[in-house]
Amino acid sequence: MEITLRLAWRNLWRQPRRTWLTIGAMVFSNVLLVFMISLQFSVYDLMINNSLRAFSGHMQVQAPGYIDDGSMRQTVAEIVPLASELRSDFPDVDIAARATGFVLASSEQRSYGIAVYGVEPAFEPGASSIPGLVTDGRFVESGDEVIIGVVLARNLRVSVGDELTMLGSGRDGSFAAAVLTIVGIFDSGIPDLDRSIAEIPLATFQDVFYMRGSGHHIAINAPSIDAVADYQQRIGAVLPDDLELHDWTALQPGLKQAITADIGSSFFAYAILVILVAFSVLNTGLMSVLERTREFGILMALGIAPGRLGRLVLLETALMGVIGILLGAFLGGLLTGYFGATGFVMPGMEEMAVRFNLPARLYPGISVATLFAGPIVVFLVSILATLYPAFRLNRLQPVEAMRAA
Amino acid sequence: MRILIKLAWRNLFRNHRRTLIMLSAITVGVWAMIFMTAMTQGMVTQMIHDGISVIPGHAQARNPQYGDDPTVNNLLPVPDSEIAGRLEGGGFSSWTTRLSVPAVISSERESRGVTLLGIDPEREADFTFVEIDTIDGRYLESVSDEGVLVGAKLLETLKTKVGNRIVLMSQTPDNDIADRGFRIVGVFSAKVELWEETWVLTGKETLQTMLGVPDQVTQAIVFGDNYRQVDAVSDSLRKAFDDTVSVQRWTELDRYLGTMLEVMDGFTLVWVVVIFLALSFGLVNTLVMAVFERVREIGLMLALGMRPSSILGQIVIESMLLLAIGLALGNVLAWLSVKAFPDGIDISIVAKGMEMMGASSILMLDLRLQDVVLANSVVLILGFLASLSPAWRASRYDPIEAIHKVD
Repeated sequence: MEITLRLAWRNLWRQPRRTWLTIGAMVFSNVLLVFMISLQFSVYDLMINNSLRAFSGHMQVQAPGYIDDGSMRQTVAEIVPLASELRSDFPDVDIAARATGFVLASSEQRSYGIAVYGVEPAFEPGASSIPGLVTDGRFVESGDEVIIGVVLARNLRVSVGDELTMLGSGRDGSFAAAVLTIVGIFDSGIPDLDRSIAEIPLATFQDVFYMRGSGHHIAINAPSIDAVADYQQRIGAVLPDDLELHDWTALQPGLKQAITADIGSSFFAYAILVILVAFSVLNTGLMSVLERTREFGILMALGIAPGRLGRLVLLETALMGVIGILLGAFLGGLLTGYFGATGFVMPGMEEMAVRFNLPARLYPGISVATLFAGPIVVFLVSILATLYPAFRLNRLQPVEAMRAA
Repeated sequence: MRILIKLAWRNLFRNHRRTLIMLSAITVGVWAMIFMTAMTQGMVTQMIHDGISVIPGHAQARNPQYGDDPTVNNLLPVPDSEIAGRLEGGGFSSWTTRLSVPAVISSERESRGVTLLGIDPEREADFTFVEIDTIDGRYLESVSDEGVLVGAKLLETLKTKVGNRIVLMSQTPDNDIADRGFRIVGVFSAKVELWEETWVLTGKETLQTMLGVPDQVTQAIVFGDNYRQVDAVSDSLRKAFDDTVSVQRWTELDRYLGTMLEVMDGFTLVWVVVIFLALSFGLVNTLVMAVFERVREIGLMLALGMRPSSILGQIVIESMLLLAIGLALGNVLAWLSVKAFPDGIDISIVAKGMEMMGASSILMLDLRLQDVVLANSVVLILGFLASLSPAWRASRYDPIEAIHKVD
């Protein structure tokens, strides 16, 4: 093996320019792959976290069918006791009960249709980022208090201390109305939330909308997104049978599918890139075999098995591939690290970012997986591309080969 | 010159395996450039087409306050009946006026926040929800139609059906609550589910009466011929009104869609260049090899009096021939694969995700001449530049040394 390795290494540098060009193709695509994949997966993490942390949570306990209809009548009975029971069973998980209704919210000057949420003032801060984003005033505590988004406050022309009237329908379809005092205004940066929701204490909600102790969902945040499946199973096991537990992929199917669609299209692009590198490697491999026909003929005449020559050619590609991986991961890592420190901005990204709950400046993070996944695929495909020239050697006839021009 | 082309052509096929590999690489690369571009452009074109035909139009005239505060308090300062006179003959391919306000819709069982549009059904028939499949019931009949049209998704949420009554609540300019019952006369389906949840349509005069703002509207909407060139349309809309009205193009009304157009055009260029760079390593490699194995021959030609510039030309022509064939094959392949999906590619498996991006779940391919020209010129121009270095090297050989080179 040692001698084959040495031979392969020396063979590479007989044509340094060709070798560097081939390695160059590998490094080029490796650097791109490392950077793009790192950026992409950091963005997905952010998208998931920002979208789920803001409000919906990792999981929700709901009445059957609520996920499709979202009807006022599909309630979870005795929701507060149920939530506190779950809380004592799973102390490391954030759990908060909520109820939802749609109302016409009126200030002195304006009226808008919005969604109003009844939340548990003590537990909501763990389940959602909104309480922490109250930039003016404070979060609701009890009684007839309400917080609204910053855009809604602007549209309604109200500020902290003003009154807000809500008109809607209660659980039984009857008329529901309340006069509330605005105690806080939040700025989540997510236009949909800032424009169209209000939060009031759950107890107040239950009074106003005749909920009789019920609510609509219990939001649950696992310690991390990776732990969701585990907790879903454990929490699901203790829930009453007439309730459903949905994870974020069911709660926000758009999020999951947007990521799937993006992975699909970007992997198509990556595949093209890798195929082009493969052609480059194939070309080099074939040339290096063809130009050594005589040499290989002599070696075979001296008794070296064609299989060993094939391994030699594969080893040459493998050596280039390893250099490609190392240089690619190093340079790709440098590039990613640079943008990880300074942030990455594309023209027009601000508008796109808002749509997907992202900040305008992205900081790609590096992991072993994002650093080596792309380069290793390039390596394997390069080996695959060299199989053809390597197997051609099996058909080589020593005598003819030695006479080749 | 002719002899150079002939030489280059023959040289190309002396090592047919290498040429074929390189040709396949170029073909695949060019195919990917054009096909992928057709996909992204198709997506964007459709997003914009759907997006602006539903709401913004190509340009809008509104009260300057309306953008921040889209309510009945910010009406156009010009009476509706006067607007027609101002817009006729303004060079618009179509136009309309609307009264658009926030409202709450309630059935017997559910309530939701919506945007209530009072429209002129005859004027809007051509462009609102271009694919306005009224799946059930009828479309609005006149400006005084007292029925409402709701989206399929909203109908489902409200747990009601066509023919039933719903209540719409909104505010009057004095912030009194105006509410009245309406009968649902029809249900529309839109490409993006969100629109089905957001828009409720009724006759313009009906809404004006309900809100107590007779002959008043919130916006005038105009369309030109091409959504990419809306400057002329917005200019003549501006001329139709005075300075008390703000005129905005769709790119300003919907920043997301407006940016999308630029981002995707930029993306096309980046994609084409990246693919070319990946190809260029192979291309240069092929040329370097071709020159290398012909050193003696080139030396001989030089010794026989061929000018170095002819050697350079010969190699460059060889490279350009290779690229030209690859381009031709790649273009044909891309054209064939676009033709293979006349009805678009169904990606409804990620429909919700596409909706989040504002796109529909049928991906129409849009093969635009300008994108094809872009891809081809990038390959030819950069290909020419990439082949200069090996060709230059070949033309600089010292004939004596070159002839004596042994391999």
